[in-house]
Amino acid sequence: MTNRSEADDVGRHSLSSAHGASRMALVTMLAPSARGFEALILSLGALVVALVLFGIFAAMTGADPIAVYRTLWLGAFGTRFSIENTLTLAAPLMLTALCTLIPARLGLLVIGGEGALVVGGLGAVLAGALLTGLPWPVGTLACFISGAAAGALWIGFAGALKHWRGVNETISTLLLNYIAIAVLMHLVSGPIRDFAVTLKAQSWSISQSYMISNIPGWSVHWGLVIGIGVCIVMFLILRYTVLGFSIDVAGGNVRAAEMAGLPVGRLVLLASCLGGAAAGLAGAIEVVAVHGAVSESLVVGFGYTGILVAFVARQNPLAVIVVALVLGGISASGGLLQRRFDMPDAATVVLQGLIFLCVLAGNALSGRIVRTGGN
Amino acid sequence: MKDLRLTRRRMLVGAGNIVAAAALTASPHWRALAQDAKEITVGFIYAATRNDYGWNQAHAVAAKKIAELPGVSLVEQERVPETAEVVRVMESMIQLDGAKVLFPTSFGFWPFIQELAPKYPDVLFVHAGGLWKEGDAINTIGYRGYMEEPHYLCGIAAGRMSKTGKLGFIGSKPLYFIFNNCNGFVMGARSVNPEATCQVVITGDWDNPVKEAETVNVLADQGVDVIVANVDSPKVAIETAERRGIYSCGYHTDLSDLAPEGFLTGAEWNWAKGGDFVQAWQTGGEYPNLYRGGFQRDMVNISPFGKVVPDDVREEVLAAKQAFVDDTLKLYKGPLRDNQGNEVLAEGQEIANDDNEFKLSVKWLVEGAIGETGLQ
Repeated sequence: MTNRSEADDVGRHSLSSAHGASRMALVTMLAPSARGFEALILSLGALVVALVLFGIFAAMTGADPIAVYRTLWLGAFGTRFSIENTLTLAAPLMLTALCTLIPARLGLLVIGGEGALVVGGLGAVLAGALLTGLPWPVGTLACFISGAAAGALWIGFAGALKHWRGVNETISTLLLNYIAIAVLMHLVSGPIRDFAVTLKAQSWSISQSYMISNIPGWSVHWGLVIGIGVCIVMFLILRYTVLGFSIDVAGGNVRAAEMAGLPVGRLVLLASCLGGAAAGLAGAIEVVAVHGAVSESLVVGFGYTGILVAFVARQNPLAVIVVALVLGGISASGGLLQRRFDMPDAATVVLQGLIFLCVLAGNALSGRIVRTGGN
Repeated sequence: MKDLRLTRRRMLVGAGNIVAAAALTASPHWRALAQDAKEITVGFIYAATRNDYGWNQAHAVAAKKIAELPGVSLVEQERVPETAEVVRVMESMIQLDGAKVLFPTSFGFWPFIQELAPKYPDVLFVHAGGLWKEGDAINTIGYRGYMEEPHYLCGIAAGRMSKTGKLGFIGSKPLYFIFNNCNGFVMGARSVNPEATCQVVITGDWDNPVKEAETVNVLADQGVDVIVANVDSPKVAIETAERRGIYSCGYHTDLSDLAPEGFLTGAEWNWAKGGDFVQAWQTGGEYPNLYRGGFQRDMVNISPFGKVVPDDVREEVLAAKQAFVDDTLKLYKGPLRDNQGNEVLAEGQEIANDDNEFKLSVKWLVEGAIGETGLQ
């Protein structure tokens, strides 16, 4: 009878395990999309709540909230000129967001996008000004590579400090921002200064032929395409390669990853370098596509806004593209808000801050809205 | 014999010929436009905030005056950096607000104006200080007041009021207009006190409140008892001077309420003269591309006197102002030496007050100014 009961048990087990397997399969199929659905709701919800709060803020400064919303739309997407403005401002955000996003998948909180961008700009300018006489594709590429490499080394340094000395990467990258800006100002006011420009402190200019032009028919430079391209590539790497999977595992549970034999330390370094390279590339694009040289006008907060973009996009590189457009649009309409409603020019910064707070609050709700099996 | 009577037809034909001839041979600066619209939107762009007690405030004051002209509606945007960003802002004002006259007020906006102006020939770009030259866009104007004239008047007040005979001049960047202002200040002071001297310090920044405050303190320690600060916002310098109990002269706009005890007078712009250009653009009238002027052209002004200035000094200052208006007082006249001992102008030589070339070439400080220009 034992046999029969065993057989029955086995049969029952296999039946229940078959049921269990199919149930797990069903949940696994639904779970990613359920999680994704929840992420979408939370991000959209955060944006909506932030806009409502901003409307209250606008009303307090004496402006009509509905008119403010209409002006936000007009300035961001209302005319072709507005769209071009938005795209120009969104391009660097896509890359600086990656500086926060890639390490975040690993569980690190890196906020050094601003410093990496600045260092990337410096790298590009030095390459472009010193390597003269090259044919333009080579020269431009040299600037990009130089900028990306500089950014990679910068944040990679913070990653190394984290890996070998346990230094908190948030603090180290934040402080590296200040160091990068200080180094920039020092170099620009002396060692690499172009004294022919009397009105402001500006560095040597890169060779004119290395600069990249606008996308034909649009007043937006090719940096936008580079930004979108890099985001797509990063998405593919993170989702479909072993490296990406390793990063996700290590980000989920470091101990489990180590026990599975993943080289967590090397992943930390790699993620830091990749993130830094992205932000450095953003800085290089600013030089090669917009300014042609570096000065204090390189430091406008793209790095910090990139952190916001990464968080609102919930660390998904494809979502980064969309969120960068939204935040670029908000920045683009800042001037119009100032002119139409006499609001201070910091009003858009207020809106960005509200979005950030709402996103953080939304993170607290994560997992409560849609219950996924096996949590 | 030919009929030479003046018939009506002949008169009309003759009159028509005269008008046609006039139109064809009109001066090259005539820019007739189809636009006779009375409504016009004017945009002002500031590099910093409007109430900075300095450069930008002077323009904001003018903007308010221009907004009162018939048909003018005003849009303003602050804190626009001197980078490619200003091109976006200008285009935004043109495309989204329909602005037809723009006043980008910071000195460093000029190259960006030249970049954008050819793209919008129906928009007038008026710039403070731009050195327009042949080949630049014809829908741009560079206008500026001869600040050295009101600085001369401040110098007279300073020379009369100073007890130590030591003055102080704080300049921002080593540029020609800073040197001219300094020279005006020193020559004005020495016209009433030939022994007066002036310490000159060039900070190197348009705006560096820490350095400016430090400099005022150092000057006060050395016995200087009148200062004037040619920086973007003289507020900090004047307040520091007031705390140290020394006199101060203002710059850009009316700063008399910053130093109730020590304020003498100040050199002010009258940027509202730009309203003339707006009206010309509105009606299709003439306008110059390069416009410079002092008191004679109402481009500059002096601030109201501080309460500490006695009547006789006020009269002396106002008399000199009138002399500028009448063009009887020349700023640069011989014999004149610079502070290195070189002769600049011989006895009897005189420079006209509107001699732009001479003023642009001033790279020296007059005798009595203690300090260096900072040029290599």
